[in-house]
Amino acid sequence: MRDVSVVGFAQRQMREFDGSPNCVELLVPVLGELWEQTGWSKTDIGFWCSGSSDYLAGRSFSFVTAIDALGAVPPISESHVEMDAAWALYEAWLKIQTGEADSALVYGFGKSSASPLRRTLALQLDPYTVTPLWPDTVSIAALQARLGLDQGAWDEKALAEVAARSRSAAVDNEYAIRKGATSVDDVLAQPLFADPLRRWDCAPVTDGAAGMIIAATDAPLFDRVRERSAAITGFAHHTDASSLGLRDLLRAPSAAAAAQAAGVSDGAAIDVAELHAPFSHQELILRRELGLGDDTEINPSGGALAANPMFSAGLVRIGEAAARVWSGRARTALAHATSGPALQQNLVCVLEGAS
Amino acid sequence: MNASASLHAQMHVEFPYTRSLGPVLSRFMTGLAAGRIVGGVLADGRVAVPPPEFDPTTLAPVTEFRDVAGSGEVVTWSWVDEPLPGQPLDRPFAWALIRLDGADTPLLHAVAADSAAAMSTGMRVRARWGEERAGAITDLVFEPSDGEPLATVSTGSTTEGDVTGITTPVVLDYEYVASPEESAFGRGLKEGRILAQSCPTCHKVYVPPRGACPVDGVPTDEPHELADTGIVTTFCIVNVPYLGQKIPPPYVSAYVLLDGADIAFLHLVLGTEASDVRMGMRVRAVWKPEAERTYSLENISHFEPTGEPDADFETYKKHL
Amino acid sequence: MSKQRAAVIGVGQTHYRAKRPDVSMPGLLREAIDRALEDAGMTFADIDAVVVGKAPDLFEGVMMPELFLAESIGAVGKPLLRVHTAGSVGGSTAIVAASLVQSGVHKRVLTVAYEKQSESNAMWALSVPVPFTMPVHAGAGGYFAPHVRAYIRRSGAPSEVGAMVAAKDRQNALRNPYAHLHNEGTTVETVLASQMLWDPVRYDETCPSSDGACAMVIAAEDVVETRGVEAPAWIHGQVMRSEPLAYSERDQVNPRAGRDAAAYLWKQVGITDPLEEIDCAEIYVPFSWFEPMWMENLGFAAEGEGWKLTERGVTALDGSLPVNMSGGVLSSNPIGASGMIRFAEAALQVRGRAGEHQVDGARRALGHAYGGGSQFFAMWVVGSEKPTN
Repeated sequence: MRDVSVVGFAQRQMREFDGSPNCVELLVPVLGELWEQTGWSKTDIGFWCSGSSDYLAGRSFSFVTAIDALGAVPPISESHVEMDAAWALYEAWLKIQTGEADSALVYGFGKSSASPLRRTLALQLDPYTVTPLWPDTVSIAALQARLGLDQGAWDEKALAEVAARSRSAAVDNEYAIRKGATSVDDVLAQPLFADPLRRWDCAPVTDGAAGMIIAATDAPLFDRVRERSAAITGFAHHTDASSLGLRDLLRAPSAAAAAQAAGVSDGAAIDVAELHAPFSHQELILRRELGLGDDTEINPSGGALAANPMFSAGLVRIGEAAARVWSGRARTALAHATSGPALQQNLVCVLEGAS
Repeated sequence: MNASASLHAQMHVEFPYTRSLGPVLSRFMTGLAAGRIVGGVLADGRVAVPPPEFDPTTLAPVTEFRDVAGSGEVVTWSWVDEPLPGQPLDRPFAWALIRLDGADTPLLHAVAADSAAAMSTGMRVRARWGEERAGAITDLVFEPSDGEPLATVSTGSTTEGDVTGITTPVVLDYEYVASPEESAFGRGLKEGRILAQSCPTCHKVYVPPRGACPVDGVPTDEPHELADTGIVTTFCIVNVPYLGQKIPPPYVSAYVLLDGADIAFLHLVLGTEASDVRMGMRVRAVWKPEAERTYSLENISHFEPTGEPDADFETYKKHL
Repeated sequence: MSKQRAAVIGVGQTHYRAKRPDVSMPGLLREAIDRALEDAGMTFADIDAVVVGKAPDLFEGVMMPELFLAESIGAVGKPLLRVHTAGSVGGSTAIVAASLVQSGVHKRVLTVAYEKQSESNAMWALSVPVPFTMPVHAGAGGYFAPHVRAYIRRSGAPSEVGAMVAAKDRQNALRNPYAHLHNEGTTVETVLASQMLWDPVRYDETCPSSDGACAMVIAAEDVVETRGVEAPAWIHGQVMRSEPLAYSERDQVNPRAGRDAAAYLWKQVGITDPLEEIDCAEIYVPFSWFEPMWMENLGFAAEGEGWKLTERGVTALDGSLPVNMSGGVLSSNPIGASGMIRFAEAALQVRGRAGEHQVDGARRALGHAYGGGSQFFAMWVVGSEKPTN
C-alpha cells in the first residue's frame, strides 16, 4: 500500500446559499484556498473526484456544470460518486493506490436548502413499501432515538449532553452555523421538535461545499507539502441493510466493521474523533461501535449538529480531523462519514501526524 | 430592487413513476388490495413484513408466504407535528415500527393517534383500510386499537386480478437560485440586451457568462455587450415532438455564434424553410415584445436569416 | 506501488427490453448478478465488495438506490460504492471496481450497472426545464444531431454511412439473445427510408430506450490462479478523461478528452497501431454516426477518415476490426448499463464466450463508453493473455 496524506482542506457553509445549485461560486474560492495552502496548481493534480446528488439539485447530471470550477482543459482524469464526498475521497485514494495518480483533489457540494431536505431524503428508502408513505429523515431518526430511550441505551440527559457539547464547541468553528455556549439544561428547556427529539438534537439544514487534496508521500511533489500533512493510516467503509425492520437500530455494525477494516484496534488510543452524526443519539451509537474511549475528544468542530452540508459533511469530518493533526492537537484522529437512513452506511478514515 | 441580487424561480419536478413489482412484492400488494397483510418466511423461520424479495441471510429468493394479522404492537414511535406533503395523514400523527401478530419483524407505518400522549411503546394498533384499495402500502393506515383482535377484512379485493405494478408519484419543489453571472445576463435579456462576459485570464467572450471559465476556473467578469447578430455554426432540423415542446416541428435547432462571442449557444432558427438553413448562415435575433419578456434567452423568440452572404467555413470551423 | 493484475472472470446480462414488467429493480439486478456469479463459479459469500453504477436518479425516482438495494445485491456487511459519471457510468463503474482489485484492497469484486428507465420517461428525465434556461433541443438526439452534421461537413463523408452503421449493428444484434432490438431485415435502404428525426439523424439510426442490467465479477491474479479460472479476461489498461461541457473552441465532433484518453490507453498497453493490434471493439454508439466519429477519436483512423472504415466493411462482423458485434448501444440502451455492457462484451470476446457474435481468435478487445455532451470518456483494453506491462 502506498502511504497517502491529506495536504489541503477548505470548506464553505451557510444556512442558505444565495447561488446556483452546482455551487460553482463556492467551489471557486474553495479551490483557490487549496492552491494557496499547498502552493500547487491544477497541473499537480493527477485525479479529480466529486460527491454530490442530483436530487438535492432537482436535475439530472447536476455535477457536470460544477466541473467548470476546475478549469478542466486540458482534459482531466475525473470521476464522480452520487454519495458524500468522503466516498469520493475513497475512490481517489484507491486511484493513488493503483499507481495511476500521485495526487488527487476531491470536492463535494450541495444546496440542501433548495427543497425540504427531510422530505427529499425519503427518496432514499424502499421505493415500493416505504417511500410512498414519505417518512422523513427526522422522523426515522426519532424512531431510533425513542427505541434507545425505551431500552435504556441512553436517556434524555445523554442526548442533551451531546447537543450542548457540540453547540458549545462550535463557537470556535468559523464555518459552523449553529453555535453558542450551551448547557444541558439549555437543551432540555427546548421544546420537542419530533418527539422525542428536540431541534438541537437534529443537524441544521446547511448549504455548502468542501475540497481536499491528498498525495502519495513517495511522490516528488509531496516534498512541497510535507510540513503540513496528515497521513491516512486506515481507510474503509461498509454498509448495513436499508430496511428498518430487518436491523437492530441501536447498532451500526457497518461502523464497527469499517473501523476494524481501517485498522482501529483500540479506540481509546484515538485522540480526536470527528463523527458524522446528524442526530445526537447517533453519536452515542457511533462512539460505542467505534470503541472510542472517555479520553477521546469528540467533534471539536461541533460536528454535524453545528453544520451539516449534505454531500460534503463527511469530507468535512475528515478535513476537521486532519486540521487537528496538522495543529498538533491530535497525534491520531479518526474521521467518520455516514450515508442512508439511521446510520446505514459508514466510512472510517484514520489520520496520524508525521512522526 | 438590488441590481446585483440573484434571480430566484420555483422548479416543480414531478413524475408518476410506474413500477413493476416482480413476484414477491406482487404477492404483498395483491394482499393489500384484498385487505390482507402478507409476510415472507425467511430461511431462519422468521416472518418478515413487508416480505423482502431476497432472504437477508441466504440471498435466495423468498418463496414462502404467510398472512399475518392486521393488528399488532408498537415497537417504537415518533411524533409528527406538521405533516409534510404526501405523508399518510394531513393532521399530526405518529410514525411507528409495528410488529403485527404473526410477524417477527416490524413494519414502518403511520398511526392516526389524537396526540403524542395517546402513543406509547407496546400499545396495540390495528389497520384501518381504505375503501378503495389499489394494492399499495398507502391502502391503509393504523389506529390505536383498544386490544380487541381485528377480524380479517375479507370484503374481497377491490382490484381485479393480481397487482403486478404500482404507480408512485414523486413530486418535489425546489427554489432555484441563479448565479450572479446568470442573473446579470437574465436582467440584460429582459431589457433586450445581450450582456456577455469574458474570462480575465483567457479573454474569451462567453455568452451566457459563467460562474467559472471552464478552462481557467475563474469567474467571467469582464463585461461585453454584444449585438444580436451572428451566424449559425451547425444545426439540426427537429421533426420529433416531445413533452413540453411548444414549437410545432419541423424547426431548426441551431448553435448561434454571435458576432464578438467566442462560444455558440443553442437557439431556434425560424422565419425560413428549415431546408434553407445552412451552416455559416448569417442570422439576427427576433425579440419578443418587452411585455412578454422574462429572464432567459427565450426573450429572443428565434433567429432569422439576414440575407447576407454566409460566413466562410474556415472562419467558424474551430467552433464545431 | 505496482498495480495488481486483475481479470474479469464472470459476466452476466439481463435480456434488454423496452420494459421489463416481470421484475422489480432488485429483481432486474439479480438477474444479471446471479448470471455473473454463476459464470464466475462464485457465490455472494466469495465477494469482498460491490460497486453499483447508474445514470441520474431521476430516471427511476429513487435517490441513491444502492442504499435500498444493498440487501438484495449482497452488499450488506461489505463495502458498497455507487458511481455516476453520466452516460459513461457503466464504464467508469467497471474501472472503479477494477481499481479495488488493482490497488490490492480487495480480491473479488462484484460490479453491476443498470437502468429501469421504463419507470419514467428518459426524455423527460433528461430535459426537466431549468429556470432562466431556454429549452431547445429535443432530448439527446437533438443535442448530438448538430455535431453529426458538423462531422459530415468536416469529413465529407457520404450521407449513407450512418445507415451502414445502423444496418450493421442491427444485423449483429440478431446474433445476441440479450439484445433489445431484434429487427430482421434492417438494411441500408430501410434505414435511409426511416423517418428523419433530427436532421441529419434518422429514426433507425437512433438507439432504443431499454431496461436492463449488466454485471461482472473482477478478481485478482492469485484468485484466478488458485481457482483455475479457465478463460479470464485480463485487464490490460484503463483510462478516464473528462472535459467541460462547453468552452470556447471546444471540438464537439472529435473531443480532446476522448483523444487524450485513447492516446493514454494505447501507450499504457503498449499499442502503437490500434487498427492492427486491437482485434475487435465495443464502442458507445447511440447514434450511428458516432461510429466513424469515434473511430477517428480513438485513433483507429486519421481525422476525417473514420467513415472509410465503415464504408469498406472494416468494422463489420467479418471485417478486420469488428465494431459492436453485440449490436451495440444502437440495439440495447439501458443508459446506466450501456457502458458496462461495452466493457463486458469486450471481455466476453477475449474469453471466447460471445456465442454467435464471437470474433474468431479475438485476443485483445477495446471497451469504450462516453457520457454527457461527449465530455466523459471511460475505456479499457482486455486480453486473453496476462498483460506484460
